[in-house]
Amino acid sequence: MAEPYLSATDMRGGYGKADILNGCTLTVERGQIAVIVGPNGAGKSTAMKAVFGMLALREGKVALAGEDITRLTPQERVRKGMGFVPQTHNIFPTMTVEENLEMGAFIREDDYRDTMAQVYELFPAVADKRRQNAGELSGGQRQQVAVGRALMTRPSLLMLDEPTAGVSPIVMDELFDRIIEVARTGISILMVEQNARQALEIADIGYVLVQGANRYTDSGQALLADPEVRRTFLGG
Amino acid sequence: MDMLNALVAILNFVVIPAASYGAQLALGALGVTLIYGILRFSNFAHGDTMAFGAALVILITWGLQAIGIGLGPLPTALLALPFGIALTAVFILGTDRVVYRFYRSKRSAPIILVMASVGVMFIMNGLTRLIIGVDEIRFDDGARFLVSVQQFRAWTGLSEGLSLRVSQALTLVVTALACWALFRFLNRSRAGKAMRAYSDNEDLALLSGIDPERVVRLTWLIATALAVTAGTLYGLDKSFKVFNYFQILLPIFAAAIVGGLGNPLGAVAGGFIVAFSEVAVTYPWRKIATYLGFEPQGLLQLLSTEYKFAVSFVILIVVLLFRPTGLFRGKSV
Amino acid sequence: MSNTRQAEAVSPWRAPVLFLILAALFLAEGSFRNALFSGSWNTALAILNMGLISAVMALGVNMQWGYAGLFNAGVVGFLALGGLAPVLVSTAPVQGAWAAGGPRLILALLVGLGTLVLAAQVWRRISGAWRVPALVAVLVAGFVAYRWLFDPAVMAIEANNSARAGNIGGLGWPVLLSWPVGALFAAAAAWGVGKVALGLRSDYLAIATLGIGEIIVAVMRNEEWLSRGVKNVSGIPRPVPYELDLQGNADFVARAAEWGMSPAVASGVWVKLLYAGLFGAVLLALILLAELALKSPWGRMMRAIRDNETAAEAMGKDVTRRHLQIFVIGSAVIGLAGAMMVTLDGLLSPNSFNPLRYTFLIWVMVIVGGSGNNWGAALGAILVWFLWIKAEVWGPELMRLVTGPLPAGALRDHLLGSAPHMRFIALGLVLLLVLRFAPRGLVPEK
Ligand SMILES: Nc1ncnc2c1ncn2[C@@H]1O[C@H](COP(=O)(O)OP(=O)(O)OP(=O)(O)O)[C@@H](O)[C@H]1O
Ligand SMILES: [Mg+2]
Repeated sequence: MAEPYLSATDMRGGYGKADILNGCTLTVERGQIAVIVGPNGAGKSTAMKAVFGMLALREGKVALAGEDITRLTPQERVRKGMGFVPQTHNIFPTMTVEENLEMGAFIREDDYRDTMAQVYELFPAVADKRRQNAGELSGGQRQQVAVGRALMTRPSLLMLDEPTAGVSPIVMDELFDRIIEVARTGISILMVEQNARQALEIADIGYVLVQGANRYTDSGQALLADPEVRRTFLGG
Repeated sequence: MDMLNALVAILNFVVIPAASYGAQLALGALGVTLIYGILRFSNFAHGDTMAFGAALVILITWGLQAIGIGLGPLPTALLALPFGIALTAVFILGTDRVVYRFYRSKRSAPIILVMASVGVMFIMNGLTRLIIGVDEIRFDDGARFLVSVQQFRAWTGLSEGLSLRVSQALTLVVTALACWALFRFLNRSRAGKAMRAYSDNEDLALLSGIDPERVVRLTWLIATALAVTAGTLYGLDKSFKVFNYFQILLPIFAAAIVGGLGNPLGAVAGGFIVAFSEVAVTYPWRKIATYLGFEPQGLLQLLSTEYKFAVSFVILIVVLLFRPTGLFRGKSV
Repeated sequence: MSNTRQAEAVSPWRAPVLFLILAALFLAEGSFRNALFSGSWNTALAILNMGLISAVMALGVNMQWGYAGLFNAGVVGFLALGGLAPVLVSTAPVQGAWAAGGPRLILALLVGLGTLVLAAQVWRRISGAWRVPALVAVLVAGFVAYRWLFDPAVMAIEANNSARAGNIGGLGWPVLLSWPVGALFAAAAAWGVGKVALGLRSDYLAIATLGIGEIIVAVMRNEEWLSRGVKNVSGIPRPVPYELDLQGNADFVARAAEWGMSPAVASGVWVKLLYAGLFGAVLLALILLAELALKSPWGRMMRAIRDNETAAEAMGKDVTRRHLQIFVIGSAVIGLAGAMMVTLDGLLSPNSFNPLRYTFLIWVMVIVGGSGNNWGAALGAILVWFLWIKAEVWGPELMRLVTGPLPAGALRDHLLGSAPHMRFIALGLVLLLVLRFAPRGLVPEK
């Protein structure tokens, strides 16, 4: 069997003395959607940071397309094809939407106007506001800008930390639709979600993270069907 | 007629001096605000950077004068300015390399960086005294007036005169050009946008592949160019004296804070707000009141000129009390 | 900041040894006469006395910076304000000054103060569209009334015997009483600034204090009715005997002869020793109090706040209030030092209050000595002061040595003449080096 596109195995590490991640493993296949759910403070954001190289791992390994990238800096990982949308502070508030996207494409030397057009196509709501400061947009629009910014490098793996935080249900559905659309173009997606039910609906694989370790790992549908998971993490 | 005289007097004694002083403050405050936005500390060495640069410009000016190179009606200092900027920039980039970079990499608290800038201030102050002394120096050669009082009276037949000194006009023109270039750079160029992005959200800028050290170097470079220009213009306008550049630090900080620290547009506005308030409050309005038909007893001067720094201070306090992020929403408190 | 303060074992002998070295320096200054030292006890003691006063200033700064991480860039202002106290409290009353305009002046100041209070009330009580106009009206009316009262009063007072006085004069009370008053003056100013600038970004306090420092000095320089401005106030009474009186005292002259000293030298030394005792006592008392406070629950809380402001705030500590307390107390100590300094000089010279000398030099003292440690701050103050004074002598000597091979000419003259400026460069270098390589100073915090 071929190795998964992203495989982060047995990650351990934290911010100070105590470990936050205690042997967490995440894998994503090419073009698939992987969803991480779990209670607050479980270490979901920390795991994302670890995958992206923003946290020094004490143990464990991260590989992308078979290549070991454990020692690379976040910038180098961007060049390898990873895009990351942090949970908070994920836009440049005093810059226009267009400039936010330009900054997303900062490392690209080629012409990125096509990509920008695609992003605008994907998110027509923000296309209308391209000259407006991103800090003046609504929460949902901001998330779209943030995702768009990460798409500007044409990543092959897009990592989203709670893209629907603070977003109304309608916009949330739309965002999920867009994310599915992105995945259809062959981009792998690793995503943390608070709205576990909807997220697992669209997930090819789901992880339930508790105290920095995998508690359950299965396909999204299977997790939704598991009574144990339903009772403890999905509220019935 | 008296109405016109009053208007001319206001122009001559308030508007023109305040505008050129405001332009000088604006250039200084722009530097402070850029450094604050990118490096996130208040640079106490900024006044002495202005003095140091201006001192170098004066030395180069003397050199040019000695070999007979000049700019005709314009001050020779203008020709020396680029060299002064270049030399000061080398020095400032050196201080970043040996002083500030260390604290940046350690992510020290901003106040530690402020403290380090005090050390740099001392060194630059000492160097400036060393190379040029502590005496007052005038170095404005070339024509003195664009419009002189006599000319103006002859042209208009008004009893009140108006003068526009070359140094004042030059200050306004140079400031306008510098601001235009700076804002164009920040809004249009890739490097300028990277600077704004870094100022907005450092972590995200890193994730986007922006090289922080390049941004920092660029910031020092621009701030230094602005500072040396401001220092030279201030010196041309008012004469050069080392201690004055320490004192101008307060109005410059006030201007930057009024505009919102980290916000370049705010810094320019702040410079003019501070300058106009300062001049308006310390100007004796008696003459103008007389033209307007009043017969005031006193000078109608709200505050004596010795206290002009109090004006900056009061503005600063009012802003801190009511709107700590500044009029144009700078970085949060 | 916390990462610069890892507790690392420091030899308990460090402070005593450093103080011994300091003592040796002073002994050398007093007893050897060569290129480095003056060999004059009078000089040595004069340096020591100012060093002790600097140590008090450094204690004040250390409370603000070392205990709370507050950057006071206006030390010179609080110092000057403290220095005003001996003039107002203990110089002799100026004949006719009070009659000329005293009551009117007081009234003017009260009106000024009242205006500010009223303005604050208006701002607090009134809301809606009338708020700003009402505020402006109060301020304008108050200002006009203030100037109407103030200007003639000042004119009359300054016209009163302007060659020898021209100021409002003092109360003629004992000079030691003026020391706490100086502390009070500085504390009041600090309360005002702190109220506005604390609780915002840490740099704002630095900038605001820089401003208040400059303004206080400007007031002292220009308000002749208060401080005689550039004309200086001299003849401030002393808590110790005058040299001339001692020299006229047969007992003292005999005693001096026993010691093998001329009456002139002996009287100078004796007076300075008395001052040193007085200042030393104040310094020790302050250190004792500060140490006790630091070990109390209050002091522990202060340090907890300094080391992690966010955590302290999360635990429900009112950080801004604590900061205000410590800022006021520290400034009071600086004001006390100002009163002591003016008493020692017997002279208030507003022109001499230079921020580089009285704000930033004090800072270097604290940083070099060991921020957070009272003994360290005191040690740093006396040591840096000694070096600062001696650099005046050593600098040119060094220059002469360095420029020796140069031919006599303009360059050599320029270099020799500029040696004093080297002090600033040296000071900056010391600050940067200590901050970088020994951020905990000579005597680190325990
Ligand atoms: N920068 C940091 N420094 C120190 N500790 C941190 C930091 N960020 C997070 N932590 C700690 O790590 C633990 C896990 O945090 P993390 O942000 O990964 O949780 P999460 O699962 O993303 O929670 P949420 O659903 O609320 O976003 C928490 O206990 C948190 O306090
Ligand atoms: Mg999270």
